[in-house]
Amino acid sequence: MAGTVIIGAGQAGAQLAISLREHGYNAPITLIGNEPWLPYHRPPLSKDYLRGYLPEAELFFRGAEVYFREHIDARLSTEVTHVDFPHQRVHLSDGTDLSYDTLVFATGTRANRLDGLSLPPINAYNVRTFHDAQSLRNALSEMRHVLVVGAGFIGLEFATVARARSIGVTVVGRSALIMRRSVSTPISKYFAAQHRTNGITLMLGSSATRFTQNTAGKITSATIDGEEVPVDAVVAGTGVVANTELAADAGLIVENGIIVDRYLQTAQANVFAIGDCSRFPDPRTEKLVRIESAPNASEQARYLAQQLTGKTTKPYAAVPWFWSNQAGQKLQIAGLADANDDQITLPHQEPNRFSVARIRDGKLVAVESVNQPAEHIAARKLLASETTIDITELTSPNFSLKQFARSTTATTN
Amino acid sequence: MPKVTYVSADGGATTVEADLGTSAMRAALLGGIRGITADCGGEAACATCHVFVDSAWMEKVGNPGLDEDEMLEVTACPRQANSRLSCQIDVTEELDGLVLHLPEEQ
Repeated sequence: MAGTVIIGAGQAGAQLAISLREHGYNAPITLIGNEPWLPYHRPPLSKDYLRGYLPEAELFFRGAEVYFREHIDARLSTEVTHVDFPHQRVHLSDGTDLSYDTLVFATGTRANRLDGLSLPPINAYNVRTFHDAQSLRNALSEMRHVLVVGAGFIGLEFATVARARSIGVTVVGRSALIMRRSVSTPISKYFAAQHRTNGITLMLGSSATRFTQNTAGKITSATIDGEEVPVDAVVAGTGVVANTELAADAGLIVENGIIVDRYLQTAQANVFAIGDCSRFPDPRTEKLVRIESAPNASEQARYLAQQLTGKTTKPYAAVPWFWSNQAGQKLQIAGLADANDDQITLPHQEPNRFSVARIRDGKLVAVESVNQPAEHIAARKLLASETTIDITELTSPNFSLKQFARSTTATTN
Repeated sequence: MPKVTYVSADGGATTVEADLGTSAMRAALLGGIRGITADCGGEAACATCHVFVDSAWMEKVGNPGLDEDEMLEVTACPRQANSRLSCQIDVTEELDGLVLHLPEEQ
C-alpha cells in the first residue's frame, strides 16, 4: 500500500498522523512540512511562549522519537511542488516523489504582511510561525513603543504581552469595535475597557495610512488619523490567507479555502482537506465556512482518522470553539456566530465573569464567555446535543447555563 | 529527570521522563502517551487532558485551582475525587515516580 500523504505539518497534519496510528492504521504515513521544525503548537506562540513562560522544547506537538516509534515519516523543510491526481503521486522540492492512496491537504494559512511600505522593513513582525515568534521574542527587550496593526485575537494577545513588559502599545483597528469579526458588542467593549485600563492605546475606526522608514528600512513612525505616532516596531495582526495554490494548481475547487463536502472530501474521492485551509459546510447551517483555530484542526484530523480507518461513516459535526487570553482575562467561544446574530448577556453575579448568548432565528448558535470556563464547556455540550432552548428562559434571572446543560444533556447521552 | 507513569484505561502502564517544571500533560504528549488529547495546548481551556491521580500521590499533587475545578465538572468521563487536568500539574522533583491513571475518554 502507498498509504497516506499529508501535505502540511501543522496541528491538523500532525494530529491526523498520530490519530491514524491510534486507530490502528498500518500503511505508510508521510507528513510533509515546509518549516524546519517538527510540528509544534501554535496557540502558545502569541501567549506563554512570547511571555517567556514556555521553553522552546515544550512547544512541540510530540517528541521526535514518537514519530520514529509510530512510523510517521516526517519530511521537514520540504515543499510539495506538484500533485498528480491521475497517477496518485506528489512531487517534492527535494526532487523525489511519493505515491499515495489517500492525500490530505493540511496546508494551513499564512499571515498577511504589513503593506504600504517603500522598503523591506527590518522591524515589522507577524505572529504566525515559530520563526516569527522567535524573532519577535528576541526583539521585545529593545522595544519602547510598538504599533499593533489589527485589533483581532493575535494583535491583542501580543499587545497584552508587550504591555506586561511595560512597552508602550498602540493598537490600530479599522472597526470601532475590537475583535469585531469574532465576538459580540458586550464582549468587545469589555475587553477594550480592560486593555485601556492596562495602558494600551486603542485607536479604533482608524488605519495606519503611512509609514516613515529610514534608509535601512526601519519604520520610525506611522500616520494614524493624521497624527504621526513614533514607533520602534510594528506588529501586523491583519489576518491570514489560506494556502490553496497547490490545490488549485492540481485542479481542486478553491475559494477562500479548499472546498470540501460534509466528509471533508474534495471532488477527488481519495483527497481531503482539513484544518485552517479547509472550507466545509457548517453542519448546522450548511453554509461553507473556513475556521481558523487549533481545536478545529485537531477535531477535523481526529474525525478524518476515524473515517479513514472505518470507525465512522457520519459527516463531520463537531461544534467549533475558540479561546484567547488577553488583558489577564480568559475569553472562550462555543459555536459560530455572525455579526448579525442577536446578543443576550446571560444573568451573572460578578461583573468580570459573564457569558453572551448569540441567537439566530430563535436558535442558540454560540456562547461567548469571559472567565467562565465551565459555562463555556456547558455551552459546547449544549450546542452539540442540539437541544432546543427557549430564548425567554435565557433572560430569566435564575437561568444557569451549567444547570440547563446538565439537565438536558444527561437525558440525551 | 523525574519519572511519570501513565496507566491507560485498559491497564497498560508507560513511564516517561519529564523535564523538571514541565506539566504532566506535556510530558505525556512529548513521550507519545495515548489517551491525552490536550486540544488547547495546555491552557486549561478544553478539559481534554483529564487524569486520575493515583491514591498514593494525591496529597503531594494537591487540589485543583479555581478554573480547573470548574472545568473538571464537565470532563467526558465523570469526575472523581482524584481528578485533575494534567496541564495544571507541574512535575517537580517531589513528584518523581508520580502515577496517573487515564480515563476511557477525553
